[in-house]
Amino acid sequence: MIIARGLTKKYDDFVAVDGIDFEVKKGESFGLLGPNGAGKSTTMRMIASTSRRTGGELTILGKDPNKHGPEIRAHLGVVHQQDNHDGELKTWENLYIYGRYFGLSRAFLKKKVEELLEFAQLTEKRDVKVDQLSGGMKRRLTIARGLVNEPEILMLDEPTTGLDPQARHILWDRLFRLKEEGVTLVITTHYMDEAEQLCDRLIVMDKGKIMAEGSPAALIKKYSSKEVLEVRFGSKNNADAAKKIAHLGDRIEPLPDRILVYSEDGEKVLKQIHKLGLEPQTSLVRRSSLEDVFLRLTGRTLVD
Amino acid sequence: MTDTKLSWQGSSKILDVPKARIWAPWYVAEYRLRNMSKWLGAIVAFGLGNPVLYLLSVGIGIGALVDSTSGADNPIGVPYLTFLAPALLATAAIQAAMDETTFPTMQGFLWDKSFFAMISTQLMARDIVGGIMIASSIRCSFNTLIYAGVLVLFGAIPLTSVPVLVFAAIFAGISFAGVMLAVTSFVKQDDGFYAIVGRFVLTPMFMFSGTFYPLESLPIYLQWVGWISPVWHATNLGRNLSYGLEVEPWLLAVHVIFMGAILVAGMIVATRKFASRLSA
Repeated sequence: MIIARGLTKKYDDFVAVDGIDFEVKKGESFGLLGPNGAGKSTTMRMIASTSRRTGGELTILGKDPNKHGPEIRAHLGVVHQQDNHDGELKTWENLYIYGRYFGLSRAFLKKKVEELLEFAQLTEKRDVKVDQLSGGMKRRLTIARGLVNEPEILMLDEPTTGLDPQARHILWDRLFRLKEEGVTLVITTHYMDEAEQLCDRLIVMDKGKIMAEGSPAALIKKYSSKEVLEVRFGSKNNADAAKKIAHLGDRIEPLPDRILVYSEDGEKVLKQIHKLGLEPQTSLVRRSSLEDVFLRLTGRTLVD
Repeated sequence: MTDTKLSWQGSSKILDVPKARIWAPWYVAEYRLRNMSKWLGAIVAFGLGNPVLYLLSVGIGIGALVDSTSGADNPIGVPYLTFLAPALLATAAIQAAMDETTFPTMQGFLWDKSFFAMISTQLMARDIVGGIMIASSIRCSFNTLIYAGVLVLFGAIPLTSVPVLVFAAIFAGISFAGVMLAVTSFVKQDDGFYAIVGRFVLTPMFMFSGTFYPLESLPIYLQWVGWISPVWHATNLGRNLSYGLEVEPWLLAVHVIFMGAILVAGMIVATRKFASRLSA
């Protein structure tokens, strides 16, 4: 569906995307993970065939977006990071006009719009001005809008940023259903849990480059241990304690507010710390996540 | 949680892309008209109120004064209201048309960023520009016809003059709307853009375009405002076509060519700027 080779985007002197390679197959759910400014959104806009690449090769649905933008875009669904509806129009009207942009007939849209309203759980808000919808509702409307042309690829740029946990779970549920329908998904996020939940495979990006690629489980296996022990000794004592426990576990990562100890068995390491006569203020054993992968790869946390 | 099953045939089954490419600007125009329909009450109220108030005060009041003092030596040769009508009509047409190119452009790029949603479909920058211009022309025609109707009711112009005056006014409206579309496409921040346009562009254009007196009555160093103003070109053309004001044939050609040229130039510049802003 998507093939990128040496894909590059430069703005004057600044290189936003620096020669990346990846492929996305039909029916796959593909993620771009990285902190703000990593080049995810720029990559998304190039795939969405709106932003022109400045170097490398890009093929989407077998075509070059620099030459066949409209023909490719006709088969894509795009969910922008920022909701961009006409607030004066009603909820149903926004879906309807968007469908018209693809040249869909009024008769087809009449049915489609009601179906999408139902899918996005907005049927009750059908005749409300979009300005009056909550953030979560607007987000669902944006996703529903991206489905109006029954796209082959649905692209979601930070789909749940700024949403409360409940709204996020509703959205994830809807996206799961689409995945079950066989729609190819391309998702950017800086939320680990979102990437783990939704993506079959992902690339980790930082500073315009790909740091790693694989399924969430494979990435965690490759770059992290099974468990992580998080201990806090208080911000003054963390550095000292880190030296004392440096030999424990597979690897330790001292952060300003806490120390992460990577190990196959977190509880065992915690006992060893106690044996050394150290008393952490708090301790937590958890499974490794993509956050740890990112930290390992870049030496930085994802959300600063 | 409702269990909605989406009917799904896939985009390649439900779309006719070549046909959609041809009709693309009309889809944008359809959206603009739907947006306008939300303001229909205001559009009609201003469209009617404006000419009625204007004709009552300036047209009839000042007109009576001018007509009574100039008597048989009336230098303009026709009742003042008849002289004034083409200029009022052109100004109204310009105002209506540019409302529908400047506001949508600010909205699309800055306020709700809806252009970025449009460009994610099969639409291209030139389709958006084309659609805005189509919708602007429709709104302009609507307002100009209302205004012309009021002018007829006030006896300012005979019914027979309506087609030519409406044509000249709409032509001016659309061509200036094209220019303003191009100008607005360069606006990066919404800080008082409208106030500036209103005070430093629209008002002088209205005052110095031979609206209230022949342009030649102005000193030569002020006449240039009229030469670059579509109000003057449309007014002079309208005066010639409606009551036979004597205008050199070459100047009539200039009026038409000038308005056509700024329309084309505006749309070319706007299309380029739209494309570069939407594909950054």
